[in-house]
Amino acid sequence: MDHRKNDHRLHLLWFFAVSTTIKLLLIPSYRSTDFEVHRNWLAITHSLPLTKWYFDETSQWTLDYPPFFAHFERFLSFFASLVDPKIVNLHSGLNYAADSVIYFQRITVILSDLSLLFGVYRLTRKVEPLKRNLICALVVWSPGLLVVDHVHFQYNGFLLGLLLLSVSFLGDGRDLVGGFLFAVVLCFKHLFAVAAPVYFVYLLRHYCWVGLVTGLRRLVTLGVVVVAVFVAAFGPFVYYGQIQQVISRMFPFGRGLCHAYWAPNFWVFYIILDKGLAFTLRKLGFDVQVPSASFTGGLVGDSSPFAVLPQITPLTTFVMVLLAITPCLIKAWRKPQPGLVARWIAYAYTCGFLFGWHVHEKASLHFTIPLAIVAVQSLEDAKHYFLVSIVSCYSLFPLLYEPQEYPIKVLLLLLHAMVMWLGFSAQYLDEKGLKNKEKAGEIKSKFEIGCIEKAYLMGLVLVEIVSQFLHPYFLGDRFTFMPLMLISTYCAVGIMYSWIWQLRKILA
Amino acid sequence: MPKKKPVNLPGDGTAALLPVPPMDNWWWLSHKGTTTSFLCISLFALLIRSAVSMFPYSGAGTPPKFGDFEAQRHWMEITTNLPAIDWYRNGTHNDLTYWGLDYPPLTAYQSYIHGILLRVFNPESVSLFSSRGHESYHGKLLMRWTVLSSDALIFFPAALFFVLVYHRNRAKSGVAWHIAMILLNPCLILIDHGHFQYNCISLGLTVGAIAAVLCGSEVLTCVFFSLALSHKQMSAYFAPAFFSHLLGKCLRRKNPILSVLKLGIAVIVTFVIVWWPYLHSVDDFLMVLSRLAPFERGIYEDYVANFWCTTSILIKWKKLFTTPSLKSISLAATVLASLPSMVQQILSPSDEGFLYCLLNSSMAFYMFSFQVHEKSILMPFLAATLLALKIPDHFNHLTYYALFSMFPLLCRDKLLLPYLSLHLLFTLIYHSPGTQITLPKTKASSFSFTSFPGYRFLLRTHFFISLFLHVVYLTIQPPQKYPFLFEALIMILCFSYFVMFAIFTNYTQWTFSSHFRSADKEKKRI
Repeated sequence: MDHRKNDHRLHLLWFFAVSTTIKLLLIPSYRSTDFEVHRNWLAITHSLPLTKWYFDETSQWTLDYPPFFAHFERFLSFFASLVDPKIVNLHSGLNYAADSVIYFQRITVILSDLSLLFGVYRLTRKVEPLKRNLICALVVWSPGLLVVDHVHFQYNGFLLGLLLLSVSFLGDGRDLVGGFLFAVVLCFKHLFAVAAPVYFVYLLRHYCWVGLVTGLRRLVTLGVVVVAVFVAAFGPFVYYGQIQQVISRMFPFGRGLCHAYWAPNFWVFYIILDKGLAFTLRKLGFDVQVPSASFTGGLVGDSSPFAVLPQITPLTTFVMVLLAITPCLIKAWRKPQPGLVARWIAYAYTCGFLFGWHVHEKASLHFTIPLAIVAVQSLEDAKHYFLVSIVSCYSLFPLLYEPQEYPIKVLLLLLHAMVMWLGFSAQYLDEKGLKNKEKAGEIKSKFEIGCIEKAYLMGLVLVEIVSQFLHPYFLGDRFTFMPLMLISTYCAVGIMYSWIWQLRKILA
Repeated sequence: MPKKKPVNLPGDGTAALLPVPPMDNWWWLSHKGTTTSFLCISLFALLIRSAVSMFPYSGAGTPPKFGDFEAQRHWMEITTNLPAIDWYRNGTHNDLTYWGLDYPPLTAYQSYIHGILLRVFNPESVSLFSSRGHESYHGKLLMRWTVLSSDALIFFPAALFFVLVYHRNRAKSGVAWHIAMILLNPCLILIDHGHFQYNCISLGLTVGAIAAVLCGSEVLTCVFFSLALSHKQMSAYFAPAFFSHLLGKCLRRKNPILSVLKLGIAVIVTFVIVWWPYLHSVDDFLMVLSRLAPFERGIYEDYVANFWCTTSILIKWKKLFTTPSLKSISLAATVLASLPSMVQQILSPSDEGFLYCLLNSSMAFYMFSFQVHEKSILMPFLAATLLALKIPDHFNHLTYYALFSMFPLLCRDKLLLPYLSLHLLFTLIYHSPGTQITLPKTKASSFSFTSFPGYRFLLRTHFFISLFLHVVYLTIQPPQKYPFLFEALIMILCFSYFVMFAIFTNYTQWTFSSHFRSADKEKKRI
């Protein structure tokens, strides 16, 4: 047993080390403005007292993550100041792009991924070897994480590691620790709050619903723990009377329904329907005003960006997300099973992604990573994961728009698809085929992608060819929004399918 | 390996392995067949290559001469703008002192094709004269992509060909590992995609020729190897092996003269086709030839870990002898060093022995031939890669020292990070969990040379000194009197390892053949 445990550790470390070499090689690649955002936060937290963190406006990239993340940056900035003091200088460090800062920040992301490693390790301790290796390959080698964290630049691996850790504690039945860790994750990045209803219902039912006295005691304990975490994070700001400012920074509802590049979610269809309706009505002779506001910007309360369909407010999206999660909540209340938590959490993030306000395409990682754990549980899950992870990874392509990274993103996706295909085929070998192996020559597997799915995935290739090669060749600079719109619409179909599939799976 | 198994199972070893998949951790990768696992690993290898290609190339931002990148770009400029006959001729449009073309015609044609591509997408990067020292985001990218595509179109298929042929009759357990070793060869990746060269083409053609030998089509071998020679004259490092092996085989035929003649014709026809533009007059031909043999550059360059350069610390070869006499001395030494393995192949040609012979003859060239460069270690290293399953331990060490011998060069190119990462990646893949069980412990590792007590000690000392030298080279400024002190130390260390390795492989080739024969006899007796 001990030998097997060591073996497991070794394997996981091996997977992680291989991905680390790739991450190191990606250091000189393109980095988005998020890189400067995080550098600026290093400078803010290093050179200003806590009371000024959420007020500073030296750079346009103001601090808009919850306090724990700010503390995390404060911690990193200590080392940054040792490496190169200019990194943490609020004024002269603006848009600093020397090797020192690039290497320093990239390496902090690589090191912070250790939390992902630990999360995966705890989650897969008791899983059988083949499944375990598959999960490792899917999470640790996730192309989405590599693209978003190690090229584009963010700290998702670190945060998702904490989330996985929380899931692993819930899976073990240690609900209090799981709840505590989730509260911590929320204080690092509030976008994770979409799964809060699931956590709330599950913990209430599974942890506290055990008779009056014990239940009440547990409820109080859980409440104290969660409140303590939030007090630790937000307490100081409440004390200084700045909580209003912190909240307004964290929830910038003035940003509009969609991000600059539309995330492939439900609202894409809504917008397109609106455009289509407006176009048809105009053709029919109705006088339809061209909306002055855009979907991506503009303040709430400004004129509606929609020509025909009703205006969407943050409250609408909030209600819709909650409605979408409700079936899962009912299920969790009726039969709270630790084995299903990962599935429910992934579902909640899918809903948040599909119906949320101002969703980033990067948020698709929030459900693809937890789904990886679910993927090895059954053949249908594997088939579903194969589709959804390819779609979500493809939808990240527009993030890396420079030609230098083109082969990298394409190869990452192809490699991921290939590893999934080989891994799942090996997992679901046809027992009969195995026996007839000598006759058939090739081993048959039960893992086969259906016709519709295959056609859809082939369509991705077509979309890529049209948006990357045919559009620029024939149309040049005209209609530059077309390729992006095409990609997000096409991917939105896949994500919607995944949502419906997950919903049916949960209700079944 | 099959030979080692005491009892041969009916069918091959895989059938016995299959019902217990979790035992072999890499089984999931290879269960769909060799080609599929090759495809998967090659995607990974391409990913690594394209990541390395984001790093700087040799001579980036260092006018007026720049480096190998500028040389290749300049050749594209020359070949796309001038007629073929002027490519090797000094003229008003072609200044041979500025990175004049000094590789055989196939390189020139390759430059021409790539130059055309560059002209379509980025015309200013190959325009005559005005493009000298051209450096731009798109220029770099396009150049990098030409190497990437050459690798994918020539080296990868050749490697697949080799793997399919080599593993025809072997247990499938080591295939994935071997493919990874061939495709993730850190030296080749760093030189081609970091430093910037097109070794993948000539090495790919060589691998194709080797695979053709293994599958018994000798005419194809001659065509491929002639093409490799016409791409880079350095492919001649392997020539003794091909020559002796094919000769040895032909001598065993009913009609030796006829079979030699057949191969000779294949070689000549290939060469005539490739060299056609320069065969119209003797002058043209000699002009190209003189470009290919730059004897004026001296017997060695920089600090290459070969015999001449290392011993020059004690014996000043360049002062003692004139260049012409050095030429003949080095030729004699090279022939002498590669003779034993050639003789072995002529006497008893075998597939396994042929691979050893490739290794030995290329090592002999690296050690003793004229004008050797650090990068030439790629040839012996390639041969060692193909033998990786036979001599895993030695292959591991050779990789380490081959990389280390290029360390100063790569540092100059600002490729320290890829150097370290690829080193790490190689070690990880080499030691990938689960493969140790399947890795064969060959007879070679239990034989007298390696069990010699001093050997392990020597190896360890070497390793620790090399670690120390890595750190010293990066951190400490060399003394003013000896600015290249550390380069020289690295060179001595690598040289001494290469010598040990060469002795080992030569010895193995001869003892192996005797093993082989005795095994043969045993089989016959049964």
